[in-house]
Amino acid sequence: MKSENHLSRLDESRLYEELSRSNLPPTKRWYAGTGALLLAVLLAVAIFTYMMLTGLGVTGLNRPVMWGVMIILFVFWVGLSHSGTLISAILRLTRATWRAPVLRGAEAMTALALMVGGLYPLMHLGRNWRFYYILPYPSERQLWPNFRSPLLWDAVAITTYLTGSLLFLYFGMIPDLALARDHAVGWRKKLYTFLAAGFRGTHAERRRYHVASTIFAVLIIPVAVSVHSIVSWDFAMAMVPGWHSTIFAPYFVAGAIYSGIAGVISVMVVLRRAFRLEKVLTADHFDNLGKLLLTFTLVWGYFYFSDYLTTWYSQFPEDWEVIHSYFGHYFPLFATLVCCNFLIPFPLLCLRKVRRSIPALFAVSLVVNVGMFTERAQIVVPSLARRNDPSIWGTYFPTWVEISFIIGSIAMFALIYVLFSKLFPVVAVSDVKEQLFHTTDRTVGGANLSTVVRGEGEEGGREP
Amino acid sequence: MKRRWAMVIDMDLCTGCGACVVACVAENNTPTVGEAEAGKGRLMHWIRVVRYFRKEHAETRAIFVATPCMHCEKAPCEIVCPVYATYHDEDDHVNAMVYNRCIGTRYCGNNCPYSVRVFNWWDYKREKPLDEQLNPDLTVRSRGVMEKCSYCIQRIRRGKEAALKEGRDIRDGEVLPACAQTCPPGAIQFGDLNDPGSAVSRLMKDPRRFRLMEHLGTEPSTVYLKKLRAQGR
Repeated sequence: MKSENHLSRLDESRLYEELSRSNLPPTKRWYAGTGALLLAVLLAVAIFTYMMLTGLGVTGLNRPVMWGVMIILFVFWVGLSHSGTLISAILRLTRATWRAPVLRGAEAMTALALMVGGLYPLMHLGRNWRFYYILPYPSERQLWPNFRSPLLWDAVAITTYLTGSLLFLYFGMIPDLALARDHAVGWRKKLYTFLAAGFRGTHAERRRYHVASTIFAVLIIPVAVSVHSIVSWDFAMAMVPGWHSTIFAPYFVAGAIYSGIAGVISVMVVLRRAFRLEKVLTADHFDNLGKLLLTFTLVWGYFYFSDYLTTWYSQFPEDWEVIHSYFGHYFPLFATLVCCNFLIPFPLLCLRKVRRSIPALFAVSLVVNVGMFTERAQIVVPSLARRNDPSIWGTYFPTWVEISFIIGSIAMFALIYVLFSKLFPVVAVSDVKEQLFHTTDRTVGGANLSTVVRGEGEEGGREP
Repeated sequence: MKRRWAMVIDMDLCTGCGACVVACVAENNTPTVGEAEAGKGRLMHWIRVVRYFRKEHAETRAIFVATPCMHCEKAPCEIVCPVYATYHDEDDHVNAMVYNRCIGTRYCGNNCPYSVRVFNWWDYKREKPLDEQLNPDLTVRSRGVMEKCSYCIQRIRRGKEAALKEGRDIRDGEVLPACAQTCPPGAIQFGDLNDPGSAVSRLMKDPRRFRLMEHLGTEPSTVYLKKLRAQGR
């Protein structure tokens, strides 16, 4: 394996320039692209306003299927947000040496995907202008919200996770903001000076930073796991056949991480291409991410299989009707999900060639996310459409309004990601630098190997 | 005085005529949605008469199941509502709905195994002369809230007030929901289970008694009497 550290030859300020290309003054193309995204988002907002003014009748929802695309989008985006913080926390804790260039992009993805996902449960409310009724505040109605309702757990979990992941993102960014402050001029200088909070990079500051980031990483993992468990309990707590299952919480967490890793890969490929980060994000990184994705293909497949094994074995009539519909009316949905989530990615990801080929891995990651969207749709819709009472069985297909929300959500995520990468260092510069200090190229015989230096007593979270 | 309102539907008497549905619509200001919306599964009826067909030898027989809200003692819809828009009325033991609190999460509708809850998808407009026939005793629901059978709570309130004024207890059969009042064969009985002499208390002891989806443990207050047929009939 030939893996040269081109970056290690750069001096510090060159390194910063190399990694902060995303912060260069915007070009005409940037304005055009961002303008197009903004237009798409505004269009979706206009359509939402139309829905708000006329009523939810403009969606395809009906009596048995009272939750649809907006809930699917919510679960999808919250799932996508999972990777980021979780991956970066796990990689930080396990000290995976290749983590540095991936961290920031993944953490940003968490916070931004959560911002998109968190909108949908509010939008889907029948009286969405009264969404604040769900908040526990002393109101003139003299009524607390119902703490027994999974929806309230959800509101608490999502706000906690959003706060946590924003803090995690910001905290990890402080050394880079300090670097940016030292290089920037004008209003950016003011912004970075404020955000860097006086970080100078002294020995003591760095040590504290490392200890704190380890603590943060340890704390954020249970939050991340609980959030998607709670999202799953929105379904699992209900007496709906196909939803009421104890395996849902771990299954949703696994699915969330699965789609999250695929999301991180897609975002990394785009970042690499857009900001010419080829030197930092090498095939090695994608190989490693590909292996993670492969692991979670298997984990997801295992959960999916074991969820339905029990249903198949016992064949309770209510549950069995839902399974029946997977092979009947909802077969296209089921087939897409099994192919996109398992049959296609599993063999492909086993191949080293695919994992190391960036376009191929990009394609696989997109396929996985199409599959995960379908999986969420398959969880939400058929179970509701085949509820306990056969007399009201129905079906559901989204209308143009809901389809525009799907497009709008993608546009919104892209838009806020573009704005984020324009404003903040999108690669964790100081982490990359640190990694470079630890890594040297050595020639062993005829091969060039990158070796990692690490002291003896560092494992317990202490940094030299 | 605490009451336990209950409904007994005798499937042997039910002819499936649908008069209960019409009476309910008239009493409870339920919007009529039109053919297109009904086809999408957006009927607003608080009670529906479900028909099941069973083949018995050469002939096919229909079984009618009039399905109003079950007013479950352990209602799945109540615990999932984040804003207490639907809650258990402990005085009347009914499953009450506060429209003003409802924000329309529709979780209750999903969690109701009987699927008797309906949602206001639109602002339903009533054409000119029809708006005059609205019942002044209860609200016309706005867009975006859930609604469902209330056991005609407005009639229960009226009955209680009348009894209180005259300083007596409510007589059995004095309070009737619109469906029970209308049912031509008298298949729907309504009354207080806390009153041992009431018609529903007697019918509760009928061996034909069963509850819909009893295995779910929701303990419905609406119970059914099974349709029995003798050999050869």
